[in-house]
Amino acid sequence: MGASQSARTEHEFKDLADRTGFSLEQINNLNKRFRQLSSNKETLSREDLASIPDLDNNPIRLQIINAFFDKRNLSQSEVGIVQEIGFEEFLMVLTHFQPAAMDITEDNREKLRRTKLRFLFNMHDTDGNGIITLEEYRQAVEELLSKAGTIAPETVKAIADAAMLDVASTTRGKMEPDEFYEGITFEHFLQILKTLDIETTMHVRFLNLDTANMRCGK
Amino acid sequence: MSGLWHGKILMLMVVLTVSRHSLAFQARNANPSNQPGTNASTGNGTENTITTLPIVTWKWHHTEGPYLVALWVLVSWICKLVFQLNPALTNVFPESGLLICIGWVLGGIIYGADKVQTFRLQPFTFFYYLLPPIVLDAGYSMPNKQFMGNLGAILVHAVIGTVWNAASLGLGLWGCWLGGAMGHLNTGLLQLLLFGSLIAAVDPVAVIAVFEEVHVNEVLYIIVFGESLLNDGVTVVLFNVFDAFVSLGGPAINAVEIIKGIISFFVVAFGGSLVGIAFGILISLLTRLTKKTPTIEPGFIFVFGYLSYLTAEFLSLSAILSCTFCGVFCQKYVNTNMSEKSVNTVRTTMKVFANGSETVIFVFLGISAIDPSIWVWNTGFILLTLLFIFVFRFMGVFVLTWILNQYRLVPLGLIEQLVMGYGGLRGAVAYGLVFLLDENKYKEKNLMISTTLLVVYFTVMLQGITMKPLVNWLKVKRATTDEAMLAEKIMNRTFDHMLVAIEDISGQIGHNYLWDKWHNFEEKWLFRILMNPTARKSRDYIFNIFHQLNLKDAMSYVQEGERRGSLAFVRNDSKADVDFNKQFDTDFTDMPDIMGPDHIPVPFVLRDSVPSVSLNMHEQDQKMRESEDFNAHHLLQQHLYKGRKQRHTYSRKQPVVNRDEDEVQEIFQRTMRSRLESFKSAKMGVAQPKKITKHSKKDQTEKMSNGKPADDSKIHSYGDEDFEFSEGDSAGDAAGGSFPMAAYKGGAGIVNPAYMAEMDSNEPMPPMPQIPPWLAEAGEDSSNVAPSQRAQLRLPWTPTNLRRLAPLRLSTHSNDSFLLADSPATQEGTEPQPPLPLQDGRGRGTHM
Repeated sequence: MGASQSARTEHEFKDLADRTGFSLEQINNLNKRFRQLSSNKETLSREDLASIPDLDNNPIRLQIINAFFDKRNLSQSEVGIVQEIGFEEFLMVLTHFQPAAMDITEDNREKLRRTKLRFLFNMHDTDGNGIITLEEYRQAVEELLSKAGTIAPETVKAIADAAMLDVASTTRGKMEPDEFYEGITFEHFLQILKTLDIETTMHVRFLNLDTANMRCGK
Repeated sequence: MSGLWHGKILMLMVVLTVSRHSLAFQARNANPSNQPGTNASTGNGTENTITTLPIVTWKWHHTEGPYLVALWVLVSWICKLVFQLNPALTNVFPESGLLICIGWVLGGIIYGADKVQTFRLQPFTFFYYLLPPIVLDAGYSMPNKQFMGNLGAILVHAVIGTVWNAASLGLGLWGCWLGGAMGHLNTGLLQLLLFGSLIAAVDPVAVIAVFEEVHVNEVLYIIVFGESLLNDGVTVVLFNVFDAFVSLGGPAINAVEIIKGIISFFVVAFGGSLVGIAFGILISLLTRLTKKTPTIEPGFIFVFGYLSYLTAEFLSLSAILSCTFCGVFCQKYVNTNMSEKSVNTVRTTMKVFANGSETVIFVFLGISAIDPSIWVWNTGFILLTLLFIFVFRFMGVFVLTWILNQYRLVPLGLIEQLVMGYGGLRGAVAYGLVFLLDENKYKEKNLMISTTLLVVYFTVMLQGITMKPLVNWLKVKRATTDEAMLAEKIMNRTFDHMLVAIEDISGQIGHNYLWDKWHNFEEKWLFRILMNPTARKSRDYIFNIFHQLNLKDAMSYVQEGERRGSLAFVRNDSKADVDFNKQFDTDFTDMPDIMGPDHIPVPFVLRDSVPSVSLNMHEQDQKMRESEDFNAHHLLQQHLYKGRKQRHTYSRKQPVVNRDEDEVQEIFQRTMRSRLESFKSAKMGVAQPKKITKHSKKDQTEKMSNGKPADDSKIHSYGDEDFEFSEGDSAGDAAGGSFPMAAYKGGAGIVNPAYMAEMDSNEPMPPMPQIPPWLAEAGEDSSNVAPSQRAQLRLPWTPTNLRRLAPLRLSTHSNDSFLLADSPATQEGTEPQPPLPLQDGRGRGTHM
């Protein structure tokens, strides 16, 4: 990399740091990781992520990978998927996993909570219509339990159904007989996960230290 | 209320009197000169030399020891019971404090009677009998993940924090002693450090007792709790080291000795943990083999847990750590090897032992105080100790947490730190240790004992009582005590995997990454070695929760059945089915008779093993009402299960009474549909009576395509909103029909021959008018029938007919309904039942 180019990236990174809340070191490290994953290209494709060996054992790796290419996680308004993401998008997705600041206000905490939960919600709501339908939910549960290996598909379905019933009964309370529960909306999602302390648990430690070379992963 | 209260007091007094007598005996026993065997003669008359065979003899002395132990446990428990009957009392005072108070009272009584304190918590009893159950239980019920997740913080507080507490207290007291604040005391730096070390540790017994009542949030709880558990190991080591130093004497202590002390500390701590883990492995290996002898499984855990404690003790390693880790290990790996019954037994027994020990300890802590011989008052020493303990604890917590917060992603807030500091309760371990001191070496042993007792009282009583208000006042984040929902658990699991994946993708080696790698390792090796193959299968966390929920459902189902009479009654009360079925025998004679007799003895049904997979009472119910024939069972299971799962609407499982009506309806409709499917067509002269079983997927889809309009028209014709009540159900059915499983659905029609064979012989045909609504409904519901046919069928009957029939249906079938399983509060058909849903197509439309 030439000097001018590195100066440019330096500037870009500063800009990114301002926007994403990552520190410069973190951005540098993540950029290294990004290049490593994308084999030094500008953009990252699904295959690049899918070929990370460490992900092999992760039952929900497809959902996770999809989340990186989901426009809802990249910008607020759009729905749909993209084929490739650049470094900035990569960072945008990872911002969901920043820990809450120590002196966060109550309002911001709630906002953060919603953003994080929204990410989780989007992962399940695969068609982006704002509702996790039973089909989508089953799919998710099936994937989740796929590595357990010993659970029969019928069981998985039954588990998903039971969980859905759970949700329906807690979120709707008393339902009229002719009521129809079409799926988990985001509001319901918030409601069932109110005990999950997501603003304090959904985070990853982004080290300032360069770990790219310490791992045998791609 | 006052009557109750009096009753309780009376009961207590009775118990006290009883124990008093036994105490008196023991007291006399202590000085044998007092009692020249008078007891023996009073019991059994005058026979001193045996001239004839004595029928009964008085053998108090043989049983005295165990008898007293049993009585003491009884007394302690009754005290506990009495408190727990008074919520007003326990809301304000922590139970541990109340037990100490009772101990004072009991101690006062004993002292008043004997003029000497005959009962006292002996260190040996404490360390070898009372402490192990508590520690084992603590380890066993430790939340693993949080413990590991906060291990850093816990270790820092347990090790560094305890050393700091010990050193600061020892040095502080030494400074004040040199400064003359305590008058003349025959002590020295080492002795004070020793005292500091024995009283430094936060006590798990006291902490558990207080914090369990307070329900602080998980992180805070695990840090305080983990610290209290691990620092006992630390404090015992420190105690031994300083005890050795005191024996060596000041001048003999050089750098080498100090380094040895530090090494010994680590050896003792890690060695103890390893011993515990080794015993855990042993238990796992053994419980792999206990499949045929499930009754001894729980025993293994207790025996090995205790052995791990004793082994560590005789190796002079940390027994507490050993026992803790053994418990942790058991929880993780051994539980899955054991049958569910054994696990429950272990859990319950563990609690019984731990709770009993805890109760006895606190009572004895109180009793021990009523003994003038141990009380030595030294205002300076005692007050300074209290002050130092309090102040240094807070200092330690703040400083250590500040350091930790530099590294923690989720820092511990000031409020949490305050609670941690305030939660520094001292307890029985300190008391046990102080009693171990050698009076010859420690001239001020009694002062130390009195101070320790006062510190224990101060922390357990004062801090214990104020803990709850403090937590309320500081608005400490509380733990949510809601029952875990399946959906939530699933989400949590997703969440964990997500974090790992993100770490993998972003190339970070974080906590999640390590945790995941550990899991994989566990999966690959540990489980294979330590668990038996079947246990590995049912290990999955989510599956277990699902299983538990299903069990609960099943139980409420049975309860409900019993509430209504007996299941047998319920079983046989299905006349309606019978009526319908019997008419069609001729039509179905060519069907294979796969169904057994209708009437199955209930026990048989209950015994029937239902795979946990589908505890939807559905299958079970189905089996109950239709057959025990194995093939048929399989068929039905598949069929019904599918149907159930295909439901896209969820209108059941709410804690509302009303809700059950539609559940009942659903069941009825489901079973009736399958049963009467073919019947209807045959009766009405509509096509395809016998070919139902051959309904293909194609049929289904065809119907779906045109189902909607037909249904709509029907709804209008009836003009009754009630018809919509189980839209979802029919949706589910429709979907079920669209599965390959449709064949089974049809297959259910096979049921008929069995019924008719039985019925025809002894009953006349039911009057026609009654039948049609049923048939019609069943036909309507069935997704196997084309809409046009259904429309035809509908015509002759009016909605009012349907309505009338509904309650009947309910009463005859509701008990059978599998859905009741989910809703203990099911109501009889007290309200008008909406007729069965007509809108297959609609339902289908909604979910499609």
